[in-house]
Amino acid sequence: MENEKRRPLSNVRAGETVTLAGIEAGRGLHSRLASMGLVTNVEITVVSNNEPGPFVISVKNSKMMLGRGMAHKIMVL
Amino acid sequence: MDKKIKAALAGNPNSGKTSIFNMLTGAHQHVGNYPGVTVEKKEGTFKYAGFEITLVDLPGTYSLSAYSIEELVARNFVIEEHPDVVVDIIDASNIERNLYLATQLIEMNAPLVLAFNMSDMAEQRGLKFDIGQLSKLMEAEIVPTVGNKGKGKIELLDAIIKTSGQGKRQRIHKVHYGEEIEHELAEIGMLLADKEQQLVENHGCRWLAVKLLEHDSDITVKVHSREVLEAVTAGIEHLKSIFADEPEIVMADRRYGFISGACQETIKTTVESRHSTSDMIDSIVTNRILGLPIFLMLMYLVFLSTFKIGKYPMGWLEQFFGWAGITIAGFWPVGSESWLKSLLVDGVIGGVGGVIVFLPNILLLFLAIALLEDSGYMARAAFIMDRVMHKIGLHGKSFIPMLIGFGCSVPAIMATRILENKRNRLTTMMAIPLMSCGAKLTIYMLIIPAFFEEKWHGPMLWLIYIIGILLSIVVIKVLRLTVFKGETTPFVMELPPYRMPTGKSVCIHMWHRGWMYLRKAGTIILAVSIILWVAMSYPKPSDQSLEGLSAEQAQQKKLEHSVIGRIGQAIEPALKPLGFDWKIGTALIGATAAKEVFVSQLAIVFAVSSQEAGGADGEKSAQNLREKLQANYTPLTGFCIMLFCLIYAPCVATVAMTRQETNSWGWALFQFFGLTALAYVVTLVVYQIGNSIAG
Repeated sequence: MENEKRRPLSNVRAGETVTLAGIEAGRGLHSRLASMGLVTNVEITVVSNNEPGPFVISVKNSKMMLGRGMAHKIMVL
Repeated sequence: MDKKIKAALAGNPNSGKTSIFNMLTGAHQHVGNYPGVTVEKKEGTFKYAGFEITLVDLPGTYSLSAYSIEELVARNFVIEEHPDVVVDIIDASNIERNLYLATQLIEMNAPLVLAFNMSDMAEQRGLKFDIGQLSKLMEAEIVPTVGNKGKGKIELLDAIIKTSGQGKRQRIHKVHYGEEIEHELAEIGMLLADKEQQLVENHGCRWLAVKLLEHDSDITVKVHSREVLEAVTAGIEHLKSIFADEPEIVMADRRYGFISGACQETIKTTVESRHSTSDMIDSIVTNRILGLPIFLMLMYLVFLSTFKIGKYPMGWLEQFFGWAGITIAGFWPVGSESWLKSLLVDGVIGGVGGVIVFLPNILLLFLAIALLEDSGYMARAAFIMDRVMHKIGLHGKSFIPMLIGFGCSVPAIMATRILENKRNRLTTMMAIPLMSCGAKLTIYMLIIPAFFEEKWHGPMLWLIYIIGILLSIVVIKVLRLTVFKGETTPFVMELPPYRMPTGKSVCIHMWHRGWMYLRKAGTIILAVSIILWVAMSYPKPSDQSLEGLSAEQAQQKKLEHSVIGRIGQAIEPALKPLGFDWKIGTALIGATAAKEVFVSQLAIVFAVSSQEAGGADGEKSAQNLREKLQANYTPLTGFCIMLFCLIYAPCVATVAMTRQETNSWGWALFQFFGLTALAYVVTLVVYQIGNSIAG
């Protein structure tokens, strides 16, 4: 079952590439992330994951920085 | 008569929109605000091939939803102002994400031109576009450009003229949202065409239906027909049950699906190299150990160069104003007392000259800020600061307005708009005045050389900036624990690849900020200087009371008798524990109008005093003023002046901006009085401790 592999992005180590499964956030935030390219099935590569601190990911050829709180809300496979 | 064309420039943040704007308009730009909101509006008009083209720079956005003011502003401009053509700037090396905005403009039936900007970088990365095919798929003309090198200018202008002649066009709508959504869209569309004819005429049927299904708050309130709204609610519920997700998210997915498809057909990648240089620089400057020291070093360099290089043009300006003062004073016979001479020499030249002298420093500081912004380092600064900012309860993004606060609090408070959370925004706003702005820099520039040896100039300036930063951290921490309790919100921000800033764009940026500063100096400060001159010269004591006094004593008497002198004296007992006398008190009162007024007012106060000492040559250059200060105060008092000026009440422009942005006088007054109280306490402690050590 695919659902078992579902985990928050914050648990992904630097260097790993994952695909986006869903975002557990309100409509505003969700839509904002979508406009920046974070849509279902998109490939996300984690560039850096230094605790504590922000997260850097690479999506569709652009680098993005996320707050840790947001990285908890993004579910990936 | 030239035919007029109104063009709008849309695009993602970091797409090089500004470089295209600069390329097309040159220096003929006008900066204002969109009506009713404090979003900056840049406009430029130029002529080309018998057309007069007015170009409006829309705010940089990723989308055209109703979730942020910028997006609404951009979208309403397209709907309400009916631009003859919309130019969407696409970062050609990051095309999929950038085309998302284009799909929405297409949906609005906007006459569209796509500028594939930074096409040289895309080429370097081995991207090859089938422009003709992509143009057909997107139903818009595509022009490759390199904004910062001026490439593609003529082609883009030709495309603008060609497209503007075609008017709004009905497109075949290549974005297909899938059968279920298309079914709902058609149904809502039919109802709309029947019940809301006016809206449909303005906005287009399909776009309205899409926005309604997206739950768009701005459009939903415009629809009055109950039937339509009921159909929308039913539609949304129906789609939710099918997709187990909000329709707007599914629609975003579909738009990206369409873009991916179009790109697969038309873009070929020959080399697999993804901003490797950027990655390499990032691995150093955002390193968890090196990041912070590098950042602090850069900040130190910025201020050191502001100080060192700025010294030369400052000297020239000082000489010029000194000469101007002497020349104008020379029109009157020696020893005569003319109110006009006094107004011109002491009020106008003394006041404005004392401020303009510091323009080189302001320009150099904004040059550095422009370099940081254009190179892409600014976003990294936010990244590096996130660790620190998180600890005090804000996130890294708050650091950007605070960094801009070093230039001026007014745009910085405007820049807090990038923070989506109201608590974060208010907290940041309250702390921004603690950043040493360009106007406060003029005060430091006056005080530091007056009291400290040359080798201490750099470190002293650095120290005062750091004190501001540390204090802001304390203030933020306290506010977050008391008034603005609550969770910090997560955030997301793009890290653009590093780019070499171009001279032209940096110069334009610098010119705009410098001009803003000068305009302020020219209007507010001149007005304040003259009001102060009046308040300092009137009311005059009676002639009898001056009889028998020496010239020095008479002058002293006149000053004490004036409005300002009276206020200064009235508050002197309160300022004494801080080591300030009534002259400083007088200057501090004036400086609430604008911080740089502190300098011009001191200049005027001491110009009067210099006459009493017999040196009435009208020369009030900064150096002259420094000598006066040195003779009257200790270095400790000098330091306390800087400290007090750093912290106390923000200038009226900042207060007005805070009022406007928070939409409440309460927050503005809270900021004003809270900071003044803080300044008093901090300065009191420093002066008393310093005095007991020294004494």
